[in-house]
Amino acid sequence: MSDSTPIVDAPVHDPEIGADEWVSRSGDRTTRRGGLIGRAEHELMRLPGTIRFFAFFGLLALIPVMTSDDYLIRIGTVTLVFALLALGLNVSVGYAGLLDLGYIAYYGIGAYGYAMLASSKFGVHWQAWAAIPTVVGATVVIGFLLALPSRRLSGDYLAIVTLFFGQIFYTLAVQGYKVSLLGLNKDLGLHSANWDVTGGPNGIANVDGFRIGSTTAITDHAYYYITLAAVVLVFAALHFANNSRTGRAWRALNDDTLAAQVMSMRINWLKMLAIGVGAGVGALAGTINGALLQGAFPDDYNTYVLITIYAVLILGGAGSLSGAVLGAIVVTVGLEALRPGTEFSDWTANGRGLFYVTILIVVLTMMRPWRRVLAVLGGTVVFGILLHVIIGAAWPRGVHGGILNSASTFDHGGSMGWAIRHWLVLPAGTFQTGGYTVFNYLVVLLIAMILGLTLLKGWMRDALLVPTIWLAAEVYEARLIEEGSGATRFLLLGAGLIVIMAKRPQGLLGKPRVEIV
Amino acid sequence: MHAFALLGYFQSYQLSWSYLFDQLVAGVTLGSLYGLMAIGYSMVYGVLKLLNFAHGEVFMIGAYIGYFVLVALGGALSPAVPVALLIFLMIAAAMIGSGVLGVAVERFAYRPLRKARAPRIAPLISALGVSFCLQQLASIFFTTQYKQYNPFGLSGGTLTTPWHLGSFEMSWMQVFVILMTAFFMLVLWQLVTRTQIGRAMRAVSFDLEAASMMGIDVDRVVVFTFFVGSALAGAGGVMNGLYLSNTWPQVGFTVGLIAFTAAVVGGIGSIPGAMVGGLAIGLLKSFAIGYWSSAYQDVIVFCILILVLLIRPSGILGVPAPQKV
Repeated sequence: MSDSTPIVDAPVHDPEIGADEWVSRSGDRTTRRGGLIGRAEHELMRLPGTIRFFAFFGLLALIPVMTSDDYLIRIGTVTLVFALLALGLNVSVGYAGLLDLGYIAYYGIGAYGYAMLASSKFGVHWQAWAAIPTVVGATVVIGFLLALPSRRLSGDYLAIVTLFFGQIFYTLAVQGYKVSLLGLNKDLGLHSANWDVTGGPNGIANVDGFRIGSTTAITDHAYYYITLAAVVLVFAALHFANNSRTGRAWRALNDDTLAAQVMSMRINWLKMLAIGVGAGVGALAGTINGALLQGAFPDDYNTYVLITIYAVLILGGAGSLSGAVLGAIVVTVGLEALRPGTEFSDWTANGRGLFYVTILIVVLTMMRPWRRVLAVLGGTVVFGILLHVIIGAAWPRGVHGGILNSASTFDHGGSMGWAIRHWLVLPAGTFQTGGYTVFNYLVVLLIAMILGLTLLKGWMRDALLVPTIWLAAEVYEARLIEEGSGATRFLLLGAGLIVIMAKRPQGLLGKPRVEIV
Repeated sequence: MHAFALLGYFQSYQLSWSYLFDQLVAGVTLGSLYGLMAIGYSMVYGVLKLLNFAHGEVFMIGAYIGYFVLVALGGALSPAVPVALLIFLMIAAAMIGSGVLGVAVERFAYRPLRKARAPRIAPLISALGVSFCLQQLASIFFTTQYKQYNPFGLSGGTLTTPWHLGSFEMSWMQVFVILMTAFFMLVLWQLVTRTQIGRAMRAVSFDLEAASMMGIDVDRVVVFTFFVGSALAGAGGVMNGLYLSNTWPQVGFTVGLIAFTAAVVGGIGSIPGAMVGGLAIGLLKSFAIGYWSSAYQDVIVFCILILVLLIRPSGILGVPAPQKV
């Protein structure tokens, strides 16, 4: 169990705001992991937070040294951008408990703002040291303005109003290529009756990289380090903010707004501050994304991205800074593993290795004791082989398919490929056009089985887990691989969100909150 | 010259009475659909204090079920059964399908959280997940292309061709949508006020804990609420398809957002409020499209939402809830 303040090793008797002390500590005792993993986790948590902080980010800083694969570094940068976004969202959602669904607007404003200040769109090419603070500052002001409704609204009402803010940003970005100021464009000195501000659906392209003096950041390495630096700075700043008077006030606000108000806290100011700070971090992430992609395009700032950011934060555990970073790693790498057609390496092309390793790790860490783990894994292997033999006997063509190694070529994939082919049921012609669509129904079956897992307990769940794992592998090999970067991985992300909420509402590193009635 | 620029903004046809009447009828029709949808939000919110984001996707699935029934029975151009029966079957199938889907969503996404007494943010995230899942499922199975209901072909186009009253005009389809909505409203009202389960629903809505102590099976009431709300959304989905002639995977998200606004504007938790809010938003949208710009219609709806929430936070027909400490 990590605590919500990972840097400082808080003394045990320090009263914790946001969780019932006794319940959470006794809950900690009953749910603490045993075995080697539990021991390692316990020892890790005994290290001072500062050491963990520097060790972790030091490791991240070494990644570009250890690999020269540009693709991996790009994934790393995207992960860090999402970590940054989740850190910002954590202020309003995790600390202050304000469900801000308009967060995507700040991210988008950051990107569009930077794109307008540093591209040929309006012929201005600002330096990074001028453009970034301007954009972030402006977005903080916008954040304060958009936070005004939070003075009177709370909970779901605030959520829906802010969701509309996000929608409006998207509408303005898409429609903003024909701005007509009541037909007065010409009189106001504009050349055209339809003033193009945002580039409409095509967005703004050819945005400059970050430029200081005459040096422009172009390489993937540069952006990796820029983003890492931003994450480290924001992480540290938020950590100190969290432990300050304001941070405590935010968490008090989350626990009980009325009580906080009675304690003479300026709740309206605190709410606006939380949303404003979050907006600033979101805008910072936006400027980085704009420079990284060398453009600002409306579909990078739509509701899907918002949901992904929420998935990151909630998975990691709202209220926990290290959770936000962990969530970003899990979600981005997970989505990438489910996006076949990109080369990771050799036979593990398509992130296949990552997929199987993830399943293995989840089973190994979630299940105790060892004989249950062995029974499930052994059962899965036997189940697949049996199914392969039975179907092969009844319908020989049904098991004649190869495995796909990247979007275009497929082969036998060496010994691991041989194992997969004899474990799964891959019919001949699976990868011809339209041949994989029947596996759509397996996707539905897989989701039904995963949902079924949440209903069962004990040996029945273990028994259902066996075909579920096999089916997941089948769907991966036969369906996802062919699809590329399509809808299914987002489908699985959505399903993952539901299951996580049902099983562990506080997220991976979050603290269980005890609602006191 | 600038002053005339503002007046010249309107075309001459926009300044006639018949155009106003067109917008009015279109607004009431659209408003009926929003209201039908808003009832689902309102009922669930009333019982569980939960914002069911997935409601829009239930609507979308209902629209698809209606479409597939239509296709299975020969399509709009050559239906195998009489048109009235065809429409009845479409709506009935969509209501049952959507109702079952709504119950499943409650069972898998919301109930575990309710039992675990999770913080209030958790079901919202679950709801986002469900909404996401259903949208992606629809785009995988039904593709992202628009599916055409093609209602102009139904009984030779008599349903969609407007008929004239002097210079005013409206179509049978609009009359049908408005009357069906009124019918559903009446039935629902009887259900809530006259039956045992309706009384239980109101009791749970008033105080969930106390109701459960009085021997009311809260889970059953919740399942019933989800079924009824989702069935109405399914019917709305089919009528939306018949009226606007198509459906696509994102239809539920947009309509859902506006319908939720309608529920809030009318006073969330109140069934007549949802209908009033739906009509208000429908009229507003229709006039915004007719007299200003269709690109910014959502912005206008949103501004109204903000105004209502600031002036009367509990909505038009809502009762402000005293906060107990």
